[in-house]
Amino acid sequence: MTPTGIETPGTAAPRLDMDALLGDRGTRIIVCCGSGGVGKTTMSAALALRAAEQGRRVCVLTIDPARRLAQSMGLEHLDNVPRVVPDVDLTAGGLLEAMMLDMKRTFDETVETHASPEQARAIFANPFYQSMSSSFTGTQEYMAMEKLGQLRAQADVDGRWDLIIVDTPPSRSALDFLDAPQRLGSFLDGRTIKLFLAPARLGGRTYRTVFNAGVWAMSGIMNRVFGAQILTDIQSLIAALDTIFGGFRERAELTYAHLQAPGTRFLVVATPEPDALREAAYFTQRLEQDRMALAGLVLNRVHTTDAPNLTVERSLVGAQDLADLPEHGLTERILRVHAERMQRIRRETHLTQHFTAGFPQVPIARVAAQATDIHDLNGLRSLGTSLAAG
Amino acid sequence: MRFRVEDVPSDPGDCPGARLHVVTGKGGTGKTTLAAAAAIALASGGRRTLLIEVEGRQGIAQLFGCPPLPYAERRVAVARGGGEVHALAVDVEDALLEYLQTVYHLGRARWALGKLGALDFVTTIAPGLRDVFLTGKICQALQAPQPDGARYDAVVVDAPPTGSVARFLNVNEQVAGLARVGPVRDQAESIMEVLRSGQTTVHIVTLLEEMPTQETVDVVTELRGIGLPVGEVLINMVRKPVLHAGDLIQAQSRQLPRAEIATGLAAAGLPTSAAVVEALIGEAVDAADRVALEAAERAALASLGLPTYELPWLAEGIDLGGLYELAAALTDQGLGVSGP
Repeated sequence: MTPTGIETPGTAAPRLDMDALLGDRGTRIIVCCGSGGVGKTTMSAALALRAAEQGRRVCVLTIDPARRLAQSMGLEHLDNVPRVVPDVDLTAGGLLEAMMLDMKRTFDETVETHASPEQARAIFANPFYQSMSSSFTGTQEYMAMEKLGQLRAQADVDGRWDLIIVDTPPSRSALDFLDAPQRLGSFLDGRTIKLFLAPARLGGRTYRTVFNAGVWAMSGIMNRVFGAQILTDIQSLIAALDTIFGGFRERAELTYAHLQAPGTRFLVVATPEPDALREAAYFTQRLEQDRMALAGLVLNRVHTTDAPNLTVERSLVGAQDLADLPEHGLTERILRVHAERMQRIRRETHLTQHFTAGFPQVPIARVAAQATDIHDLNGLRSLGTSLAAG
Repeated sequence: MRFRVEDVPSDPGDCPGARLHVVTGKGGTGKTTLAAAAAIALASGGRRTLLIEVEGRQGIAQLFGCPPLPYAERRVAVARGGGEVHALAVDVEDALLEYLQTVYHLGRARWALGKLGALDFVTTIAPGLRDVFLTGKICQALQAPQPDGARYDAVVVDAPPTGSVARFLNVNEQVAGLARVGPVRDQAESIMEVLRSGQTTVHIVTLLEEMPTQETVDVVTELRGIGLPVGEVLINMVRKPVLHAGDLIQAQSRQLPRAEIATGLAAAGLPTSAAVVEALIGEAVDAADRVALEAAERAALASLGLPTYELPWLAEGIDLGGLYELAAALTDQGLGVSGP
């Protein structure tokens, strides 16, 4: 059953016209953001499928899809390049390709592209490279951005896709996607790194400056705490990466600037829960600050009813009235089921109103809660339909 | 700095010997909430517990409605029978500095470390090292005597989510390639000994939904693979089924009696229009479908062979009262009850 929405006074946020967004040829990139567990990945896949079946040539970059969803999109092989999704209706002239981000592999490939084989070998062998390239703090976001940059560049060159849809890493905070790459970039490109590099470049000569005294003190401590090999490992890794990347920060800033380009639109995904909506609010503020285009809020797993006039109170009083009449036991229980749902709707409406009060101009698309998870194209298709119905 | 491994009873039951309770779960399952409830439950009867968070998000402060937690233990709640819950937000920089201070008695060098961003450096480029300092702080809190000389009766950790908890706890593996010798290496090994001993138990918070169940099954395999003791599965937000078994069969075969329901509504003085009846039947069918789905998820969780606790869905959201309600549910089901 797909219940239709209820009109609740006070939640009069504009409706998000999803088909207009997908159909607008000016929309080149859609970034789906939101805190973990709100359904970003499924949402990205559903949007991509809908856009492709409406004639867009779409590439969807997913980060961590559920196994069965990945299988249904032909994504069980992790090869870090987009693959055509089978069984998509292409009569409107569209295309759907999908890929799952392999963070470590993207990092490796970036190194391979920019380094000589010898340099690359040295980098791969470094234990700190192993640690950094497979860590989930910052690297995943950096590599998602990197991959997005690559896909965009490819689209510009050969026109293979005219729409790229990106899912973002499952971090607690939606802001991590925007902040982590720059943090990592400016960090790897920053003063600390330069200081660390100094001893290696100077070949051991001691400069008696205040700063270097500090560096030497620190090096001494680190040698004692972590073992003598550690600084040499770090220094050689940083030196090697430094020569090939020509500035991590510059690279991160460039990708960031692309997010401000006119063709890039953001969708914030949230469920009607306090944490998810709080994250959505932070993210919305941030996009405004950074002049990035927010297309709207997708409110996922919203509960709805077709009997809105039967309020929590009326249902419960009715159930109470029937409690002593055994012949009406079924009706009593059904009224209690309804009361529970109405209670939930009331809470969700209340939470959503808080968001809308802060951001009355942000269009909203509501998606009804489903009893089961989605793991096939038909499920994605009907999710796409309800996204468009808003 | 090495940590002691204590002798504990080997009864695996509900982990009566465990003092370190690590709580993980998929994002959105309520892992922080249940970690807090467990800390309250374990403090009942005049005991003292410490609730630790490691992800720098001040989730505990939000939950207890107190100002952001500093890098110091604060009392945040009391429990039945004079118990106390303390809380600590572990910050990795502070943990590293504290470690260096304890081991090396840093003076001015401490200032230099901060000034140069060395900590940032170490923790960004080698997140594995980061986790050594976080878990090290947890072990230290577990073993350090309080001002009155007693130790915490239990330490509960709001750990990283299922996707990254095994990595977080497997510190030995993480530093294996990085620090081959030296104090950090020793520290990592000592932490592993504590984590693998009977004084530690990992609880997994889940919901009766497909993805959280799948992640629970996956993480149990992963934790067992690295020799970490898995304790209970905490099934959160469980709703009491309103419909009876017979109703469910009728609903699932789409045969709920329209006329009977309309008569019932009339008897209660409620609208009986076809639209209302259809709407109510649709909702009952949804509820029945959910019950069936939940039964399947329950069976998948049962196949893990772990003790499971069920925590009720709180319709009005989680406030302080709700936390105590969940804590009572944990105690009633046996959390922290020692021995048979």
